[in-house]
Amino acid sequence: MPAVKETVDQVKAIDVDQYKYGFETEVEVDKAPKGLNEDIVRLISAKKNEPAWMLEWRLDAFRRWLTMREPTWARVDYPEIDFQDIHYYAAPKKNAAPKTIDDVDPAILDTYKKLGIPLREQEILAGVQQSKVAVDAVFDSVSVATTFKEELKKAGVIFCSISEAMREHPELVQKYIGTVVPVTDNYYATLNSAVFTDGSFVYVPKGVRCPMELSTYFRINEKNTGQFERTLIIVEEGGYVSYLEGCTAPQRDENQLHAAVVELIALDDAEIKDSTVQNWYPGDKDGKGGIYNFVTKRGDCRGKNSKISWTQVETGSAITWKYPSCILRGEGSRGEFYSIAVSNGRQQVDSGTKMIHLGKNTTSRIISKGISAGHSQNTYRGLVSAHRRATGARNFTNCDSLLIGNKCGAHTVPYIESKNGSAIFEHEATTSKISEEQLFYCMQRGLSEEEATALIVNGFVKDVLQQLPMEFAVEAQKLISISLEGSVG
Amino acid sequence: MLEIRNLHVSIEDKKILNGLNLTVHDGEVAAIMGPNGSGKSTLSYVIAGKEDYEILDGEILLDGENVLEMEPDARAAAGIFLAFQYPLEIPGVATMTFLKAAMQAQRKARGEVELSTAEFMKRVRDGANQLGIPQDMLKRGLNVGFSGGEKKRMEILQMALLEPKFCILDETDSGLDIDALKVVSEGVNRLRGKDRSFLVITHYQRLLNYIVPDTVHVMAHGQVVKSGGKELALELEANGYADYKTLAA
Repeated sequence: MPAVKETVDQVKAIDVDQYKYGFETEVEVDKAPKGLNEDIVRLISAKKNEPAWMLEWRLDAFRRWLTMREPTWARVDYPEIDFQDIHYYAAPKKNAAPKTIDDVDPAILDTYKKLGIPLREQEILAGVQQSKVAVDAVFDSVSVATTFKEELKKAGVIFCSISEAMREHPELVQKYIGTVVPVTDNYYATLNSAVFTDGSFVYVPKGVRCPMELSTYFRINEKNTGQFERTLIIVEEGGYVSYLEGCTAPQRDENQLHAAVVELIALDDAEIKDSTVQNWYPGDKDGKGGIYNFVTKRGDCRGKNSKISWTQVETGSAITWKYPSCILRGEGSRGEFYSIAVSNGRQQVDSGTKMIHLGKNTTSRIISKGISAGHSQNTYRGLVSAHRRATGARNFTNCDSLLIGNKCGAHTVPYIESKNGSAIFEHEATTSKISEEQLFYCMQRGLSEEEATALIVNGFVKDVLQQLPMEFAVEAQKLISISLEGSVG
Repeated sequence: MLEIRNLHVSIEDKKILNGLNLTVHDGEVAAIMGPNGSGKSTLSYVIAGKEDYEILDGEILLDGENVLEMEPDARAAAGIFLAFQYPLEIPGVATMTFLKAAMQAQRKARGEVELSTAEFMKRVRDGANQLGIPQDMLKRGLNVGFSGGEKKRMEILQMALLEPKFCILDETDSGLDIDALKVVSEGVNRLRGKDRSFLVITHYQRLLNYIVPDTVHVMAHGQVVKSGGKELALELEANGYADYKTLAA
């Protein structure tokens, strides 16, 4: 496996600091004052030139949020967040309204280039990538560029920032936003509904297979800001799209909040594949700094025989609180969840999925691989439920945990609820440790301890990596090894 | 080739090897026999460099170089190969992937150029054919779900591909039926040569009918208590280990 060698070389190239996306970009910003109140909500809405109904929707969310409390059931521990100490809007000044890529601040283009995400279409085409991937780049609170828009438009696919969609396609946004994750769903989703700033919007019309992979690259740059991303993907009857998001942030001593909401809607026979490679700054080895990643992602298989598939590779964030879920409403619909969650240092992960079987003959599959190293705590929390009308519902769940070292923890908390006698739910779980014997065996054949660990870990996560689009699978594999750097010995 | 001088080893404060001396010459096949608990497997692990063992005294020289300070992967690159009694499973890592990683790592450590994929594939295919290993087994996770005989064949395949100069076979005959024993033994015999030595550890004489040794050493209480030619194995088969148990005590 050449990737193993590459991985190890890359790991070795990294000196003390393992997080290579920790740099900061100097740009002039237009920032809202710290704090959260109705005026801030109005300011965000005004900055985005939103229709009046959107402002009302936000204000309603904000008022409801004031009456809610932070959830405490997750197995994570952090000091109370001061929501008045955060800037809720930060946008690069020069980027007020870029018409073309040439209007975008070169400093920002450079940032994405440094992250390995070229935004100029000719650069993408000239690059080594074999297949084309359209990118929406979100920098703090705004989308700075979206590539291949014209080409996608020819196929009938709309791919733009949600702010633009609100102005250009208000009827679609109004029809679907909040229909999968209701405004009052949970504390962070409600907060997001009030103050969300940007994110991506995808609309695939009836019978269209989106001609390329779509992706959004989220970057938090500004200090003391929160990023509140909102993404909405709608695929009409018989359509298909594969969407991927990536995330990074500078290295800082303070914690920063990322509270996102992602809603997917698949109509009859439609299919959505949503992949995430999450690499927010995880904090230092003593647990100082890092992103609080509190995210609500949910897909609604609204139509018959529709399919939604989540694949996530989580290596970053100080705390991850995230349960990408599927509502299996349409008859014969299918939900899938493939996850690799890696924790090291003092990271805390409480993540999993919910498969809600409402329709007849709905099926779901959950494959979760947790890898804990260092002093980290890694929890899988998942719900599989069958409504009383969900005759013939089937689920298969497989949760495996791998421990590296003896100061970390792996926890599995499955909830299974069935109100229909014909539902068949299967659950398998294993916890294992990379054994000294395995390492010795590999080393006896000539592999170094690092190479041996990388090989064993890659074998452990293989089932899930296979679900990722090819060009990202290699990246993800490298990322996993880097995250585990220093965990052996 | 290999020289062990006055080796004293303990694990968790329990003394296992008590001043063991052994010399294996270039091209020699040396058999180590002995009752259970005499320290045979410990000897194989200590030569290969497994952690957990405390070396209290002595040295192990491979072509004059003391290997005790070397990591297991460095010893492998220097030419030491251990065919395990219980080969480990590595789930999700295709056998082919593992073989390639191991071969390239050793070549790199020795400063040799990497094998081309075509050359690597050819060697693996030929080696597998000789040992009767089906090609589709090479795509499966290493040793995962393999039978005892398949695991042992896989060990010999690795030995053939890695071309070590000093091979240790730890109870390779355990759990093998007669057909598998023949295939494995033939695999080993093909690798015999003037630049390659073997240490064949076994409890029973049976294996030595197929892999005929040049010398036989009897181990008891962590020492080599008697050495001789291949006829010593037959003598042991007839009389058992009872004499040796008392001899060193």
